[in-house]
Formats: sequence, structure tokens, C-alpha cells
Amino acid sequence: MSRIPLDPATSPAFPKAAKKSLGDQQLRRNVRHATDVIQAKRKRMVEERDDWQELRESGSQIRQHTLRYLDQYLEEFERNCTKAGGHVHWARDGKEACEIVTRLAREVSAKEVIKIKTMTSEEIHLNNALEAAGIMAVETDLAELIIQLGEDQPSHIVVPALHKNRHQVREIFKQKMGLKDLGDTPADLAEAARSYLRHKFLTVPTAVSGANYLIAETGSVCIVESEGNGRMCLTLPETLITIAGIDKVIPRFQDLEVFLQTLPRSATGERMNPYNSIWTGVHEGDGPKNFHVVIMDNARTEILADEEGRQTLHCIRCGACQNACPVYRQTGGHAYGSVYAGPIGAILTPQLQELHHAESLPYASSLCGACYEVCPVKINIPEVLIHLRHKVVEKQTKGLGKLNPEAVAMRVMANIFRSEARFRAAQKFGRTAEKPLVNRDGWIGWLPGMLGGWTQARDLQAMPDETFREWWEKRDKKEVRNG
Amino acid sequence: MADARSAILEKIRAVKPAGFGDKATAWHQISRGFLAGSALSREEILHLLEDRLLDYDAAVERCAPGEIAGVVKALLDKRGKSRMAIPEGTDPTWLPAEGVDFVVDHDLPYGELDRVDGVLTGCTVAIADTGSIVVRNTAGQGRRAITLVPDYHLCVVFASSVVKTVPEAMRLLQAWNTAPITFFSGPSATADIEMTRIKGVHGPRFLDVVLVLD
Repeated sequence: MSRIPLDPATSPAFPKAAKKSLGDQQLRRNVRHATDVIQAKRKRMVEERDDWQELRESGSQIRQHTLRYLDQYLEEFERNCTKAGGHVHWARDGKEACEIVTRLAREVSAKEVIKIKTMTSEEIHLNNALEAAGIMAVETDLAELIIQLGEDQPSHIVVPALHKNRHQVREIFKQKMGLKDLGDTPADLAEAARSYLRHKFLTVPTAVSGANYLIAETGSVCIVESEGNGRMCLTLPETLITIAGIDKVIPRFQDLEVFLQTLPRSATGERMNPYNSIWTGVHEGDGPKNFHVVIMDNARTEILADEEGRQTLHCIRCGACQNACPVYRQTGGHAYGSVYAGPIGAILTPQLQELHHAESLPYASSLCGACYEVCPVKINIPEVLIHLRHKVVEKQTKGLGKLNPEAVAMRVMANIFRSEARFRAAQKFGRTAEKPLVNRDGWIGWLPGMLGGWTQARDLQAMPDETFREWWEKRDKKEVRNG
Repeated sequence: MADARSAILEKIRAVKPAGFGDKATAWHQISRGFLAGSALSREEILHLLEDRLLDYDAAVERCAPGEIAGVVKALLDKRGKSRMAIPEGTDPTWLPAEGVDFVVDHDLPYGELDRVDGVLTGCTVAIADTGSIVVRNTAGQGRRAITLVPDYHLCVVFASSVVKTVPEAMRLLQAWNTAPITFFSGPSATADIEMTRIKGVHGPRFLDVVLVLD
């Protein structure tokens, strides 16, 4: 059941991948339907709160504060978790994190692990690493199960199978679970998942999870979910391995008062999701006897070092920006070539790749600002996008100095704009030069050479036959004649 | 090469933005201008909780403290449940004298928890705003598995432990902040298929609440 994970290092650039997605009408219908539904629910839930802006502000301040004392909070978490019987491990990158998880699973002779949906594990391709070591990872979140059985890839951080509709899910389940008579209502499909996984929950002794929050004050972990598969994985097995980015730590237990309000409303448009679990280390007679937390960097410290990009680490993975994004809503998630799609992906992925890959993602946005408006921790995504575009250009033109084509073009433009005569001449030239490119409808769909970058994703309206200045001058002359 | 722990912590120290003073003082300066209480009357708060629970498809029955056993019996009969798990330390006055077999959870195997008809527990606090009920590992509420594996949960909520907002609940829970804590808001559900919220996946699919006016 191995599948090729989304990997920014090997995925095609966004414009190319997006073109393919845009041709898939079924995918676009599914994504549009799902995001419409979540957006409407989110709006209702947010509007009923008179203090929504205050909650956003507190969330943003808690995250900012945490980053300022990040080293201290991580050490405090480690100390308290260890005191409560947990084991804390540190991983510099994804590879190291995979090695640690694999080693821990081997230590308890695991042949199989049950997993709670964790985007962090998708980020580092943990399932493939486990499989290579002969350990089968069984996804238990309904959406992740759909993805795993369908040998597909996640397309949304909260609802990873959002691009599949009920009929498609039914086909996957029928085939992979060997069910002949399966209805296609969501209830039938959930029931099928329940029976398929029930035995696993009660018998598989090792589980892997992510974390929504690591609480420094108590050394506790908090996981927010809907189905109860999370609770099954973190309560019933003997061994639990939790993997979390360094950005998942929050200072105190009380800080949950903010995130437990903003996360469910933003993520799924609910006042509260069905289940939240908070546990601390190992508790005699309740839950796993072996508990491990793997704290992972994987380029997050690089993001921390970048003053403008740093706010990316405030993210609580609610996915509201994806649902609100006019680009994501058209292309769906796969075009982003990363488990983190949409606006947050457009800033997070290139930074996690330290700009070695995914350089086209900061451009996968119209900078409309809808993402910033819905963000429950006030990440100014458009600001970071522009910052990253700047960095991409800087990198691509490194060593070219004044000769880089974009800088040359800008200097030429500046010269033209400085002189009226040159400006007029350029307009005349443009009108003549564009003629062969203008379609019958008055739009230009293709420009040659470097200019093609502009028309790759949008059409350009042809220049009018007459400029405003020309019209005004003609009008003046007419008036003189009439007068 | 330094070990991963020191490498990560050193890197963080080298690049993080500067804090202002010690972290405890700075933490207290975080603005918390959101609502953390309400002007609603007791009755209005209880009504809100009932409303939210009904919204999640849970049934709610109100009663006086002396009537709990009777209401429990009536609800169990209605659901056709006759064999219920209970945590150690369950108040015996909640249990109807006959007609129901109560199995005390002395570390029952999971398979056994899977075979009972349901579970009866108390709770630590309930949140009206969100229709959430919070249980922790303690007498009468039990370990986490007991409110997870059985398919039906009957929960006794005392009016005195109902708060309006999430912040009020968090401040109350602070006293047990290292106990295993579970919030549940209605029966288990998913919206993973076409964003349609449907009840009942892996956690208990059915929930009834006895609201005791104490």
C-alpha cells in the first residue's frame, strides 16, 4: 500500500501542476463544494463571537511570546514531560525524526503501527520510512484512510481527502475493503471505516501521533480531533510515539483557552470539535506504558531566523486560509506539490525547503489578503509572500548584478516613464507590436519570451485604439472649432 | 558533531527574537481581552448547554439530586441498555436498584469494554458555550478508555459544575492540569466526506446527559 508522497523537491512547478488540476472538472467541483461548506460554517461560528478579534490578538501574542522564549519553553516541556515518565527525543531534520521513530517502533518489535492524522509525519514521509523497515503504518483518520487506501496524496491540512466525493470514496472502500454492498451516504462510509479499524484499535500495541500543542508548564500534549480515532490511538496501545515540530509548544495550560476556541471554529466551523485529549507523560492504569515525544526542527529554526518570515511559525494548522483562497479553491491542494497547500503552504513550504525547491509557490497567490483576514493567529500571509518573492528573485539573479534581465527591464521602464515623448512613442510602438497577438475578443493570451511569464496564468487586455491623452487632445481641438 | 538537542537549542538561541525580561513577566503581559465570563443567569446558562447538546444530537434529562437513579433507569430502558460499565468510585445512589447490570471497571480488558452496552460516568465541568463536557481520571469519571470504547455514554452533569465559557473551564481545570483530561462535545463525528458532519465514527456514537439541578 505504498504511495509516492508529495515532495516539493520533485514536484513540478506550481503553474505547470495547476494547469493540470484546472483541467480536472470533478476535482474542481469537489474542492469548490467542500470549501464553500466549510467557509459558510466558519463564518457563522466566527460571527457569533463578539470577541473574535480579541481572541485573534491573544492567539497572535501568545505565539509571538513563545518564539521569543522558544528555547526555554522547549526545555521546560522536556523537563516536565520527562518528570511525568515520558521520553523526549530531538531530531534536527525529517530523516533523523524518521530514524528515531523507526528505532522506537523496532524496540517494541512492532510490525504494524496505528496512526492519528499527522501532517508533520506527511512532511517527513514517515510512512515510507517505516515501510522500508518492514513496519506497516495504518492510517486511522477517515480522510487519511481514504488517501492511504486510494494510494492518493493529501490535499488539505485539516480535511486531506477533500478532493474526493462520496462516490469516489465508496469505490475505494469497496475495492480495498472487499465490500460488495456498500452504500454511498457519508454515514455508510463512516460505518465501513469503523468496522474496518475496530479490531486494529483494540489489538495493535504501538501508535504514532502528531500533536496540536505541547504545553511547557505541565509537559502535556494536547490533540484535537473529531472521530475518536485519535483517542483510540493515544489511549489503548502500550506504546505511543508523538512527533511534533518545535513550533508546537505553548507556554501554559491556560493558553488553551484561546486556541480551543479559535482552532475548531476556524478549522471545521464548529463551536468545538468532538474530542480534545490532554495527557501528561505516563499515567498508571490509564493509557500507554511507554510514551515518547520526538521534537523536530526540520528547517523551522531557519524560518525563526528570518525576521519577516518568522510569523509563519505562528500557524496552528486550521486550514482556514486554504478554504478562503481563490487560487486554492480553483486548483485544489495537489498543485502545490507539498502536504502544506494553499496560502500557508505557499509560505511554509518554500521556507521548509530553504528555497532550494518550491520557488514558484510564493507566486501562487493574487495577494488578495483573504487568508490574512481569516487567520486566527493573524499571520500576514501576503506580507510574507512578497518577502519570499523578493528572496526568490534575489537568489535567481545572484551574481548577475545590474545585468539581471528584470533589473534591466525596470531601468528601461524608468527611462520611458521619465520622458513624455518616450512614453508616447512606447504606447504607439506597443499598439503596433501587439497586433499579431491580439485575439478576436480583444485579449492577449500569449506573449513571447520573458513576457510570457505574465500570460502564463492570465490574459492581458489589448491596448485601446486611442489613449486618454490622445482623446483629450482631440476633444480640445473639437471644442476650439465648435467655440 | 553536537547532539541534536544542543544543536537545535543553540540554533534557536542564536536566531530567535529577543524577549523582554523574564518569560513569566512577559507571559502575564499577553493581552486577553476576550470574554471569560458572562452576565447570563444560571438558568440561561443551563438552557444554553441543553441547546448545544441537543444540537449535537445528545438527549438531556433534567432532575433533582434525589432522582438520579430513576432518570438513569428511564434513559437506559429507552435505549434498551442493560449492562453498563461504571468507573470505580461511582456514587451508588445514581444506580437503579434493579434491571441493570453494572460492571465496575477494575482494569477491564478492552474487549470487555467493547462488549458492554454503555458506560455511566460523572464529569468535572461542562461548558455551555460549546456544549462540551470534560472528564478527567478520577473517582466516578475513570480512565480514558472507559468513555471511549463503549458505544453509548450516559453522563451525569451537576448544574453547579456548568460554566458558560471555555476560559472559565480552563481556569477550573488548572487544579488537575496533569491528569488525563478529555473534552467531548457530542457523540463522535466526522466531516471528512464532503464536509457533512455525521455522527458516530470510533468514539461513542450515542450520548445522553442527566442534568442534575443541585
